[in-house]
Amino acid sequence: MAQVQVQLKNVTKRFVTKTLGDIVAVDNFNFEVYEGECFSILGPSGCGKTTALRMIAGFEDLTEGEIFLGGRPVSSSRDKLYVPPEERDLGMVFQAFAVWPHKNVFENVAYPLRIKKVPRPEIERRVKEALHHTSLTGLERVYPSDLSGGQQQRIALARSIVTNPKVMLLDEPLSNLDPHLRETMRFELKELQSKFGFTIIFVTHDQSEAMAISDRMLVADMGKIMQIDTPENLYNRPINRFVHSFLGESTFLNVVIKDGKVYAKGDMEHPLDVEAPANAEPEMVLATRPNAIELTADIGYQTHVQTRIFLTDRTEYVVPIGNQTLKVQTPHRITFSQGESCSVRFVEPMWYPVEDAEAEKERQRRQLI
Amino acid sequence: MAYVRFENISVSYGDNQVLKNFSLSLEKNEIMCLVGPSGCGKTTLVRCLLGLTRPDEGEIYVDDRCLFSSKRRINVPAERRGIGIVFQDYAVWPHLTVKENVAYPMRKKRMKKEDIDRRVRDVLKQVSMSEYINHLPGQLSGGQQQRVAIARALMSSDDLIVMDEPITNLDAKLRDQMLNEIRDIQRNLGTTIFYITHDQKAALHLGDQLAIMNEKGELVQIGSDEDIILRPKSRFIFEFIGVTNFIPLKRVDSGYKLDLGREMIPWPESVPEDVEQIKLLEMGTRPNDITFDDASPIRAKVKRAVFLGSEYDYFIELGDREIRVQQSTLDAALVGVAKEGTEVGLRFLNPHYYEAKRREA
Amino acid sequence: MINLRRNKDLAAVEGRRIGLDSIMTVLAFVLLLVIVVIPISMIIYNAFFFEGKFTFGLIVDQLTRSTTMSSMWNTVKIGGLVTLFGTIVGVFYAWLLGRSNIPGKKLMRSLFTIPYMFPPFLGAMAWDLLLNGRSGYLNRWLMQTFNLSSAPLNINTVWGIVFVEISYYFPFVFMQVVSALERMDPTLEESARIAGAKQGTVIRTITLPLVVPAISAGALLILISSLAHFGVPAILGFSQGIFTLPTRIFAVISRSGGSFEGIRQAAALSILLVIVVALALLLQRKVLSSGGYDIIKGKSMRPTLINLRGARIPLFIVALVTLVVIVIVPLVMIFLVGLVRAYGLPLRPENFTLANYARIFTTSGTVDSIKNSLVLAISAGVISMVLGTLIAYVVQKIKPKGTGVLEILSVLPYSIPGTVLAIGVILAWSGSLRVNLYNTLWIILVAYIARYLSFSMKTSSAALLQVHPSLEEAARTCGATHTESLKDITLPLIRPAMISGFFLIFLPAMREVTTSVLLYGPYTRTLGVQIYSLRDAGMMPQAAALGSVAIVLIIVINAIVNAITADRKGV
Repeated sequence: MAQVQVQLKNVTKRFVTKTLGDIVAVDNFNFEVYEGECFSILGPSGCGKTTALRMIAGFEDLTEGEIFLGGRPVSSSRDKLYVPPEERDLGMVFQAFAVWPHKNVFENVAYPLRIKKVPRPEIERRVKEALHHTSLTGLERVYPSDLSGGQQQRIALARSIVTNPKVMLLDEPLSNLDPHLRETMRFELKELQSKFGFTIIFVTHDQSEAMAISDRMLVADMGKIMQIDTPENLYNRPINRFVHSFLGESTFLNVVIKDGKVYAKGDMEHPLDVEAPANAEPEMVLATRPNAIELTADIGYQTHVQTRIFLTDRTEYVVPIGNQTLKVQTPHRITFSQGESCSVRFVEPMWYPVEDAEAEKERQRRQLI
Repeated sequence: MAYVRFENISVSYGDNQVLKNFSLSLEKNEIMCLVGPSGCGKTTLVRCLLGLTRPDEGEIYVDDRCLFSSKRRINVPAERRGIGIVFQDYAVWPHLTVKENVAYPMRKKRMKKEDIDRRVRDVLKQVSMSEYINHLPGQLSGGQQQRVAIARALMSSDDLIVMDEPITNLDAKLRDQMLNEIRDIQRNLGTTIFYITHDQKAALHLGDQLAIMNEKGELVQIGSDEDIILRPKSRFIFEFIGVTNFIPLKRVDSGYKLDLGREMIPWPESVPEDVEQIKLLEMGTRPNDITFDDASPIRAKVKRAVFLGSEYDYFIELGDREIRVQQSTLDAALVGVAKEGTEVGLRFLNPHYYEAKRREA
Repeated sequence: MINLRRNKDLAAVEGRRIGLDSIMTVLAFVLLLVIVVIPISMIIYNAFFFEGKFTFGLIVDQLTRSTTMSSMWNTVKIGGLVTLFGTIVGVFYAWLLGRSNIPGKKLMRSLFTIPYMFPPFLGAMAWDLLLNGRSGYLNRWLMQTFNLSSAPLNINTVWGIVFVEISYYFPFVFMQVVSALERMDPTLEESARIAGAKQGTVIRTITLPLVVPAISAGALLILISSLAHFGVPAILGFSQGIFTLPTRIFAVISRSGGSFEGIRQAAALSILLVIVVALALLLQRKVLSSGGYDIIKGKSMRPTLINLRGARIPLFIVALVTLVVIVIVPLVMIFLVGLVRAYGLPLRPENFTLANYARIFTTSGTVDSIKNSLVLAISAGVISMVLGTLIAYVVQKIKPKGTGVLEILSVLPYSIPGTVLAIGVILAWSGSLRVNLYNTLWIILVAYIARYLSFSMKTSSAALLQVHPSLEEAARTCGATHTESLKDITLPLIRPAMISGFFLIFLPAMREVTTSVLLYGPYTRTLGVQIYSLRDAGMMPQAAALGSVAIVLIIVINAIVNAITADRKGV
């Protein structure tokens, strides 16, 4: 059974702001991160992910709850305990790299060891090793302003692994890099993790990045935890509409359920070829992915192709259904032309209650903070 | 007769020839997307159309009206061309309200105030910005400012509008939304739209016709999205749109062999006639046109498997070459996910063959 | 590169516009020739040419005089000391207000704005009244209270000059450093803390090194200002025979009664002053070009404040008291002495009268001086802004051949000490070139325009930069001609900057003395000159009263400016 490296117990953070009143940025976060895991905290801006990370790092103090690192409490509202960041023995990589411009590459990476008063020969050895692992060998005397964004990010990485921390915190570390480099860095991160065995907590708003890199993910919305699970489970069995639409592409359909049959709103004559869920309500939202809809000539609900676009790896169709439209994606080999009649069938969709408009307004408000 | 005609346009700045004998036609009521890498000359072409840059040679016609002709020494000034434009940075005037911004093209035309007001309100309704009519741009988000820019362009002309990378500065979700809105507006009003971008995805989503330019400023292919994706005319187009894998093929007596670096294995498919005699070919496939097939004689090793939600992204080691394979999650559910470190068989569904580029040793 | 293209495009597209461009360009060159090139050339000519032949003789003659050498030495010594201590004080306050949890930040920050409004020579006058070696009020009080036989403090010394100059120049460093501290990317320090460094270590190894460029920038600003400064050494140094180069130049001119010999000597001395300042400017160039660090973050995240704990209140008291002494005390002195019936009388209510203030409005000379300063300040402001905008437009948007020359010429006067500029203007426009403006307001106006042109150039350039070409092009595609797009789009967008630019010139011009003290005639005194003259004539209370009026005037105008510019913040 893997050890728990990071634990948050009932952690809440309340801010008092002048313009927007009281904000509960983090509302009762409870989760554990296991040794060697790559754990992402994912959500839109204002969801609380950055605040949670800063509390783990120690740059913010919590209002309520407790945080444990490696079993040791570092923040506790009950015991009025607060261990400052410099004593938490973590590694951290920031979004804007935070590489010191007045120090060269060697001095940047050596800094944590100098603070710990490690003897000079050992500093040299460990810095060399860290630079080797981040492909920066030979650049010791160069200054950050003469290096590219990707290289600067590697300096930040090297600096954080040089002390062999047990836990690495990453705050949107790749969003300032161009897409191709992002992919490379993701891979390098995972390699470093498997080599050194540290635990990663990775904060991002980019869901495809989180899914590509994580062993488990936490999805947050408006300060609350929505769901914690593996990327596959989160993608295939999202617990609510928010998580469904946040990960990957979603297609939502407003439906009416009557006498055990499901109808698309706007067409009460032709039922959809799908089983009503167990605890059905008269009106619900049917949720699926555009590529999880079967498009055939005659199996399922009869409709026709309204528009068709060819994309590089799939064809995208828009078909009318009831008084709404449905986006369907298929591989190129399945072809229907514009106007042609076709049928759609839903493969294991999810069902959600109808959401009110208030939630979206609150989400927008939090993005201004 | 085509609605907009560029004929043999040439523009150079000093020694740098940006456009050479460039010709292109646009049909009425269509969205034409001009796609090309940054710096290929598309913005220069647009500026020539608008009258902000003067071509060295060529002619430009809109609806049979000559806007520029080097031969006949015609050059209609920018303010009299009557073409709407949406710039990349919106160029919405910060000191004027939304209403004043949108009404500006009409001010210069000297119309009655009530008529102007009515048109402004109509066009704002088209772009869903009616409730912001008296706002200042500083109070609007990027997407909203973009809509104001579109409304203003529609006021200049609802016949022809040029859009130069209008959505690049917006975030992903908003971009998709704006693309849909632009398509809807076009469908409702029948405007001809000339859309310039380097973003292939936007072009594929939007364009009735796509015109692809290469970095030298040459027009490489014009066609629908289906033409470009399924029947790319040249290697440049094939490579430009989407991700591609290229593996060298070498002609031997009995056919072709796949050159995998450390070994050569027979290539089971037959090669089309027009390239049959070429000794060195390159076979290109898209990642989604490669599937796993245990029965295939082409064996490879799965180096990395990444879950991306709607598909799995694989990095596959085929001999000494690394190729990318994409498997939709639907397929993965049917045939299973390929695990890292395992051996798989590969089948190439839709290979394209090109003469091998000369390699510098 | 792109800009250059674009302008070639537009010019090529519309044949007619080339005419307007040429006119503007030629105008720009001619104006700069008259305003800047001619005065400077005249100085060089008169300093290096004797009877038509090139010679170093005049310069060497000046260098051999002991008065010259001591003036040069004083200039450099005072400049160095003011820079050193001014920087220390500036950094101290920047730290306190930018990074600690000291209380009363708003209060102290507002006190900082006062030195900017207050002409330094008035401050010097106030300190002179307090700590004059023989009759200073504070000295007399101290002598009485502690039974001392001689004055314990003497402001009429080099250190006295240094002290007063520091109190006006330290905000230069403060502004630069506090801005750098506040806008610094906090993750730079946070990453150090994660690496294990305690707060103190973070400051020492990360924060301080990163603000060194800001400190240097501010320090050099102080140095250059002090080297060229006239008012404080004039007030405090003359009576003791302490001269700096600017005051020496003034002395030479006024003692020679306007003779040509005197002006030629002044020209030679000017060259020496320019050399000293130029060396400092070179130093500035070198320091600034070795680059600041890119430490400013886009997102607005507040850096963590240092907790002062026990030292919080004591430091607050020290800081506040020092500020009060430096800023408030001189102000109060001026007002009080303005109320006194006769100089030397104790500052007690029974000795107070409003007669001095009344006499301001009855003495024609004084009223005239106020009028003159208003006229000069307004004219200089308007003309400088118009010319500056013209030149900025030519440089940025038209970009003809010789753009570099235009740029250099327009910012050159900024680096030339006001004293030297005045000498140049005298040499150019006192009849030797068939134009005689001497003893008229015009000659002062010409000098002011030369001086403040660079301010307006900078302001207008910055404003024009903000007007992206696509904004004008959008107007063109909407049917507006080029002129219309200028009128509808460009001008409205730069108007707020131009208005602030006007006041940026108007206020300093109102209280100016360095240049006008060399150029005034019997009927063309400025406000600064009148205060100075009254004091020179021994009419202390009247000088103080006029000084108080000047201060009030400046505060009121400043408040009006803030109100106007705050309204327009929307654009």
